[in-house]
Order: sequence, then C-alpha cells, then structure tokens
Amino acid sequence: MSDHVLFARGPAPGTIRLDAITPADIAATRARLPAAFGAPPRTRALRWGIGLLLLGYLLYLHWLFDFERVFTNLPRVWVIVRLMLDWSQFATWDHAELFRSMIETVAMAYLGTMLAALVAVPLGFLGARNVIPSRIFRFVMRRIFDGCRGLDQLIWALVFVRAVGLGPIAGVLAIFVADVGVLAKLFAEAIETAERKQIEGVQATGAGRVAALRYGILPQVLPVMISQTLYQIESNSREATILGLVGAGGIGLRLSERIQINAWDQVAYIIVLILITVALIDNVSKALRIRLIRGG
Amino acid sequence: MSTLHPTQDPSWRLFQDRFGGLQRARRVETLLLVAIAALLFVIAAVYTDFSPAHVAAGLPRIGEYFGKLFSVEPARGAAPVPVLAWDHLFQGEKQPQSIAYWFYRINVYLVLLWQTVQMAIVATVMGFTAAFVLSFPATRTLLGTGLVAMLVRRVLEVARSIPQVVLAFILVWPFGVGPLAGILAIGIHSTGALGKLFSELNENADLRAVEGIRSVGGSWIAQIRYGMVPQVLPGFLSYALLRFEINVRSSTIIGFVGAGGIGQELRRVIGFNIYEEVSAICLLILVIVVAIDLLSERIRHRFIGNLGGTP
Repeated sequence: MSDHVLFARGPAPGTIRLDAITPADIAATRARLPAAFGAPPRTRALRWGIGLLLLGYLLYLHWLFDFERVFTNLPRVWVIVRLMLDWSQFATWDHAELFRSMIETVAMAYLGTMLAALVAVPLGFLGARNVIPSRIFRFVMRRIFDGCRGLDQLIWALVFVRAVGLGPIAGVLAIFVADVGVLAKLFAEAIETAERKQIEGVQATGAGRVAALRYGILPQVLPVMISQTLYQIESNSREATILGLVGAGGIGLRLSERIQINAWDQVAYIIVLILITVALIDNVSKALRIRLIRGG
Repeated sequence: MSTLHPTQDPSWRLFQDRFGGLQRARRVETLLLVAIAALLFVIAAVYTDFSPAHVAAGLPRIGEYFGKLFSVEPARGAAPVPVLAWDHLFQGEKQPQSIAYWFYRINVYLVLLWQTVQMAIVATVMGFTAAFVLSFPATRTLLGTGLVAMLVRRVLEVARSIPQVVLAFILVWPFGVGPLAGILAIGIHSTGALGKLFSELNENADLRAVEGIRSVGGSWIAQIRYGMVPQVLPGFLSYALLRFEINVRSSTIIGFVGAGGIGQELRRVIGFNIYEEVSAICLLILVIVVAIDLLSERIRHRFIGNLGGTP
C-alpha cells in the first residue's frame, strides 16, 4: 500500500502503486524476466541433483563408517576420561623411566635432524638449478627428495624397526631419511633464490666454482638453513613422540605399553609430559631462530 | 712529500683493530655454537646407542631388508630375483617378476586406499565444521571480553597438540578397531589446527562490515554471517584444502594403531614379513599422497590463490 517514492506528496507521475499491480502484470513480467523470479529450472534441477548426490554420499559414508557408534560408545569415552583424571597413584609411577624415555625422544629428534641436515647440504646444492644446470639430473634429485618425504616418518620407522630391530636407532634412521627429503628440498629452494650478484662478484675476482659457492652462496643461505634445521628439530621432537608406538624407542614406547594395559592415568600423565616438552622445545627453538634472524 | 703510507694512517690502524676484534669475536661465537651443537650431538648419540659400531652392524641389515622388499621368490624356496624384470613386465599375475604378480592384491589395496581417502574427507569436513563454529568465539576482536576467546583458544590448542596417532590409539579402546577411531582422531586434530588458523584470519579481517551490520541492528550471528564470513571464507577453504592434503597423509598411517585404512594392512604385511607386499603398498601410498598433493595444489592456485606457507 505504500508509495516507493518517499518525499513526494501523493503519487508522482509514472510511479507504480503496489495495489495497482494485477496478476496479469506479474505473469507478463515473469514471462519477460524469468531470472528475476528465481533460478531457471535447469539451475534448480542441478541444485537438487547436487543435493541428492551429497545426501547419497552421506548415506554411503554412514554405511562405510557407521557414525552411530560415535554416540553409542560415548559412555566408554567418559569411562576413560574419568580414569585419566584420577592421579591418586602418582607416587607409584616409574618417573625415572618416563623421564629417560622423554630425553631419549628428544635425543632421537636432534640426532636424526642433525644428520639429515649434514647430508642435505650437499644434496641441496646438487638439487639447485643455479648450481647444476642439468634438467634431468635435477629432476632425478627432486624425485628422490619426494620419495623420502612422501612416506611418513612412521612408515619409515616401521620399516627400520623390522630392519635393525626395536630401539631408538630405528627411530633416528626414520627421522633421518624422512628429513633428508624435507631439508634437501628446502635447502635447494633456498639456494635457488639466492642473489646472483654476490656470486658474480666472487667470480669477478677470478674465483673458481667451489669458491663461488663457498663465498657467493653459502653466506646467503646458511642462516636460512640453520633456521630451517632448528624448525625441523622442533617439529621432529613432536613427531618422535609417536615413533615409539611402532617400537622405535622413546616415550611413545612407554605410552603404547600403558595404553595396552589400560593404565589411563599414566597415559594422561605421559601426554601432559609430551605437551610440556614440546612447548619447551618450541620456545627455545623460536628464541634461537629469532636471534638468528636478528643477529645474523 | 711526508705523507704517511695508508697502512700507517692512525684511522686505518683503528679500523683494522676494530675490524679484527669484531671478526675474532664473531669467529669465537661461531666456534662456540658449533661446539655446543657437536657436544649435544655426541650426548644424543650416546643416549640413543647410536654408536658407529651399532650403525655399521645395522647398515648391512638395512640393505638386506630393502633388498628383500624388492625381490621375489620365483618358486617356493628358490633363490630370490628382482621383483620386476623386463621380459615378464606385462605378463599375467601367475608369472613372477610381472607387475600383475607384484600387485596381485591390488583390488584389496584399492578398496583400502579408497577407504583411507574417505576417512581423510570425513575428518576434514568434521574439522572444518567444528573449527568454523569455534573460530568466531576464539576471535578476540569479535568479543567484548577476552575470557571466552581465551578459553576456546586453550581448547583448540590442546586439540592440536595431542599427537593424532596417540589420540587414535586411545580412541580405539572405546570405539573399537576400525576407521571410526581414526576419523575422530584426525577430525579432532584438524579442529585444533584449523581453528587457530581460522581465528587468525578472523582477527585480520576488516571490522567495518561487521560494524555496518551492527549499526542496522543485526544480531551477533548476523554480524558474523554477513559481515565476517564473506571476507574470510576463501581463506578458510584454502586452509581446509591444505589440511585435506595433510589428512590424507595422516590417514595412511593412522591404521598402525588399528584405526583403519591402508595403514592397518601395511602394518599387517610388515608384521608377517610379506616383503613384496610391503613395497607394493608403500609405492601406492606414495602415489596417492603425491597425486592428491598435486591436485589440491592446482585447485588452490586456480580458485583461491596461494595463501602461501606450510602448515
């Protein structure tokens, strides 16, 4: 009933009044401008089709995974949570063993990452475009890095446990192999983005190829490499906590024992220990990295 | 002409002294850091029994094991031969050294790989939904008091700090052996990881749109729905795709603790020393992981633009 023109007294010439619109007008407009009255039938059919497909997919997933069990088994989750929060036996737990395993975990991560970094430096140079111009060689190197990186550390750990037996050595090797892939790729990228002018400057003094790498590229990329290695140590100590679950030493081994005998209180304690250790290493490594970036 | 030779100029000498001093200090610092790193290295090696003798003893065994992974016995008890040979490459599954013989259980693997990818999809959707809902209360700029934001942030932090394999191992007890425990574990971890990234995006979003909706009387939900979501959704989707890649990797290994997918099968064949199947499954995992990485990278670049950065 209202006018669409706000400030005019009475309908301005040419204004359409709502009550003057007849069904015939609507039909005519609908015929003339179908898009203004909702999506065309084809779009609507498409939407319905996608909706039905999603519904079907959801039903399929339900058949595949049986989501109902999430709700029917919730009481069992509460049982665990209650047991986890009961720390009345705290004094009887084998703290010395747990702390030793925790240190072992960090040692595994440090050793594996450092070894990987040492190997990754030459590999990174070999995989960089501005060092080795051969395209085929670089392709092969990059695929090798991808192969090391593509399989998760836990898979490598499982394989190395079979190869060298239970214990931290398998864990160190797993971290080493997976990390060579990661670090070599990162190092190669760092070397590729290094400034050309410094290399040219060194070459202009008559230096050979090795000297050009040593004085032209290395000073540019070394801080990046150290920073990335530190970051990897940090991330690997997080990863190393689970390697023990497949027998590769460290705190994960203790955790898996406790889970298997349903000692939920100790499980919770170990998780807290892991969280604290990881947070500690995160902070130390972050501080070191910031210092590195600032102080050069 | 009684000018000094440049090297006898006092300012030159001063420069030399200062420069030399700085250089020496720098060298000492570098040496000290290297020494500390080396010392830690030795301590870590002692702690993990990583002695040269042990490693030397282990290396041949590693070579032997990897050799076994890629070799096959042509007949029972016969000497092993490489798992593939040119002459037999494309022959049927009865012929050793052919691809079909190596991958003779490919139909089982494919079903499991499919299940693994479905696990990753469900977990990503679960994590995305939960993180979407939780990211707004976790955004300090959207709330008057910081208390709720801090609380939600702590919850998200715990969710992403517990290693997901550990979580899966624990959840296998209440939910039984199978993919459900794995999905829940990855989903919870994704919630924590995505929730943090989402709330950071929210905090960086332009608040003028939110204020606009508030000024016309929109509720808190409406402010977020019309003021915030349109700005941050592309970023959310990009992060979710990145997360999906990570989750595909995770779902391949989550089965090691009995939480479903191809990992469960891999652990079985490694346990039973079915060597050629170990290498076959590892290769399949590698292929699927790399394929999904490439695919998702392409989608992200095309539709959303690269947000950059690794998780």
